[in-house]
Amino acid sequence: MNRPIRTLTIGCLILFVALLLNITYVQFVKADDYNDNADNRRVFQATFSRPRGAILAGKQAIAKSVPSKDQYEWQRTYPKPFEYAPITGYLSYQFGQSGIESSQNDILSGEDDRLFTNRLIDLVTNTEPKGGNVELTINPKVQDAAYNGLTALGSDVQGAAVAIEPSTGRILAMASTPSYDPNGLASHDLNKAADAWKRLDPNDPNGRMQNRATRTTLPPGSTFKLVTASAALEDLKMTPDSLVNGTNRLDVPQTDKDMHNEDGTTCGNLGEAKVSFTTALDWSCNVSFGDVALRLTDAQLRTQAEKFGFGQRYLTDLSGQAVSSFPSGTLGPAFRVQTAIGQYDVRATPLQMAMVSAGIANGGTVMKPYLVDRVTSSSLDVVDQGNPTPIDDQPAISSKTAAQLTQMMESVVDHGTGTPAKIPGVAVAGKTGTAQSDPNRPPYAWFTAFAPAENPKIAVAVMVQKSGTARNDIAGGALCAPIAKSMIEAAIGQ
Amino acid sequence: MSSIVPGLSQFVHRQRRGAELVLMLLSLCVGIGGYAAVGLGVKGEVPADIYGYGTWLVALLIGAHVAVRFLAPYADPVLLPLVAMLNGLGLAVIHRLDLSAGESSSDYCTGTSFGHQQLTWMTIGVALFIGTLLAVRDHRMLQRFTYTSGLAAVVLLLLPMLPGIGTDINGARIWIRLGPLGFQPGELAKVLLVVCFAGYLVLHRDALALAGRRILFVDLPRGRDLGPILVMWLVSLAILVRQSDLGSSLLFFGLFVIMLYVATERRGWIIVGGAMFLVGAIAASTFIGHVHSRVQIWLHPFDHYNDVGGSFQLVNGLFGQAFGGLLGRGFGEGQPCLVPYANSDFITATIGEELGLTALFAIVLAYGLIVERGLRTAIICRDDFGKLLAVGLATSFAIQVFVVIGGVTKLIPLTGLTTPFLSYGGSSLVANWIIVGLLLRISDQARRPLPSLLSDDEVASDATQVVKL
Repeated sequence: MNRPIRTLTIGCLILFVALLLNITYVQFVKADDYNDNADNRRVFQATFSRPRGAILAGKQAIAKSVPSKDQYEWQRTYPKPFEYAPITGYLSYQFGQSGIESSQNDILSGEDDRLFTNRLIDLVTNTEPKGGNVELTINPKVQDAAYNGLTALGSDVQGAAVAIEPSTGRILAMASTPSYDPNGLASHDLNKAADAWKRLDPNDPNGRMQNRATRTTLPPGSTFKLVTASAALEDLKMTPDSLVNGTNRLDVPQTDKDMHNEDGTTCGNLGEAKVSFTTALDWSCNVSFGDVALRLTDAQLRTQAEKFGFGQRYLTDLSGQAVSSFPSGTLGPAFRVQTAIGQYDVRATPLQMAMVSAGIANGGTVMKPYLVDRVTSSSLDVVDQGNPTPIDDQPAISSKTAAQLTQMMESVVDHGTGTPAKIPGVAVAGKTGTAQSDPNRPPYAWFTAFAPAENPKIAVAVMVQKSGTARNDIAGGALCAPIAKSMIEAAIGQ
Repeated sequence: MSSIVPGLSQFVHRQRRGAELVLMLLSLCVGIGGYAAVGLGVKGEVPADIYGYGTWLVALLIGAHVAVRFLAPYADPVLLPLVAMLNGLGLAVIHRLDLSAGESSSDYCTGTSFGHQQLTWMTIGVALFIGTLLAVRDHRMLQRFTYTSGLAAVVLLLLPMLPGIGTDINGARIWIRLGPLGFQPGELAKVLLVVCFAGYLVLHRDALALAGRRILFVDLPRGRDLGPILVMWLVSLAILVRQSDLGSSLLFFGLFVIMLYVATERRGWIIVGGAMFLVGAIAASTFIGHVHSRVQIWLHPFDHYNDVGGSFQLVNGLFGQAFGGLLGRGFGEGQPCLVPYANSDFITATIGEELGLTALFAIVLAYGLIVERGLRTAIICRDDFGKLLAVGLATSFAIQVFVVIGGVTKLIPLTGLTTPFLSYGGSSLVANWIIVGLLLRISDQARRPLPSLLSDDEVASDATQVVKL
């Protein structure tokens, strides 16, 4: 009977090898898949039961885990919830996570491979594994200025403000209102968290959980004239002193609709037939820019916009960055003149408009915006560091064009539409915008600027989508420029 | 007196009891160390009762070792330490789950004293192990009880059907309850059935193998040879199906086919058995509701996650194992309580989660070694009954381990069976200790030097030498 027993031994061997292979498959090959499964409460529960790393803005923690008395040991708290929620996102037991909590989850939870040696040490010394910390590029003072400025406009104002360091792309501030309180979603009381979730209605595009700075694209209005001006200076070899149409009417070919300035008067109410390009930007004259747009081609405008970042996804530190868009296809004169002044179908996020300013401020090179400055282990060793990179090999505009535009934008703040942003002793370069293509909704107010003009430290974009302000009073200069001003002051320490 | 008699010289197994003792000490390290690690991991301190617990475990296992020294000195030295290691680890893991009981309302760890109950059962198990070695001085005596044990097995299997003492747990009616004690008679029936199969097959193997007609590549034996055992098997199977105990049905069927194959040395039985299994499996999964849902869960676990009686348990077991990864989370760092029955059917998922792929490999290898030692015993055994008995007992471990770990890791559909020596469950633990007792008894017989056939002659010749001179 020994022969069948030997056969049987081989049979058993096969069974056991199959078991070993399958265990390897489950615990090694498929492990990441299973860990990422939406039904897997285990990974999340571990996240809740472990000291998760902090998210820091400057020296202050804007998301941290504090010891908790209940079943999970650690409670995630957000000390300045509304101000920083668009950046930190939330961490919820049932609803997953968003923002930095999501994009840096591996680091914060301590699962990241870059923390491997720390995990090994924790394992050997039998200490509880701790997550790493994420230090943001955010400057709390600028963030305060941005958030307070927006909320000062009213309790339910819909707006956003972004600030970038032009030379690096570091995002210095990113505020969006109305905001929400992620503490409610992080509650260990699951019913409370579910209630909070329902109230916030996360799928509402106009809701509180929408980060308007990166996820909302709107017509940028006259701030887009910076892109048009860039194309004109680059491609038409114009200068700030070139003369453009300064009248109150532009005859647009192939259409019987003329183009007018916003207040219906001649450019800057000067009554001149020709004004300089600088003057046209000072007073944001639609007729003048329509004149310039007719000299440009669709492709020249589109290429210029794309060089500034339109049509690109460049923000990797937060998910869901909306792509700013320049309308596709052949526009024709009628649509081209509208597009050139930031109306019709051109759409931009506040972040994108801040990048236009930042690019001009940085001598023409647009830097890739980023939020994560440094990633440190729980013992504060730096494991990773943000790395400034341009969004493209080629600068968006030449340094000469950048200098000319800077000069023109300074003029806007000195004696044009941007005077509310004037700071004594500091050269501020800026551009206002008011997009009112649709009479059925309030105009969108925009302002973008950078300063100091000779050595830019900060570029900002402020957008107010909806506020309590009366329709006729809505203008980028009046609503947004003061917010930009206080952000600039916060950044350069005045 | 020497065994180096020309012509009769052969390999003589050494007793190797010292080796067993050393291995036993290693097993104790696993058991007691595991218990201490559980305390450290979950509560942050070495359990206060570590000395009492450790002493008890040492007493039990060293007691078992000493018993083997006296009662079965030539027995295989590896089996007992392996079993001791698995049992000790199982105790530690069950205790670890006890410590987490009631931590969260969504957890499935309910009791706090399963570990202590399991220790009690282990004590009974070791006592019965020693008792088996004492009572069965020669395994061949069991052959006398072929039909008795067959009948006893059927009676045991029928017990849970009796109103009054039978209880229905999770849809399977396989328990009897006598006062505070719950018991699964099926576990003991398993041992008895193996004895019965072995006893019957050893008598009828020649008839089964040689007499009969050839139909479709297979030499079918005569009805009167196969009849009794087939009836026996069908009866136990019918009972199991009625009681909805899929795992045991699979185990019994597998045992039957394998023992038939080994006894007759005819591969045809494997083919016939395999075919019968396929037909049965397809029929069951088509016509029996809960078998069908088991198969569906196995094929599409994530589609049935939220169903009542769906894949929640299986999927969470997989999540746990994935969470454990290569090295595991460490005791107290995982969430094994998210899985229902983490201390019995899904104990390997618990181990995979907290001790990792590495520990699970070690456990599967330990089972593999147990099966291998059992089959080796069968090969060197000198009598056919012993061979068949050892094959049956060793194979019962192999099938159980494959069915339960394969089920938990989604290699095959999940059916309820306990993981030998690891899972919480008194009946299974006690029955498995008895099986180990029997295996050691057979291997003692097999490895023992042949009783010298010359001894009488030698004595005689010594006595007559003087006369010769």
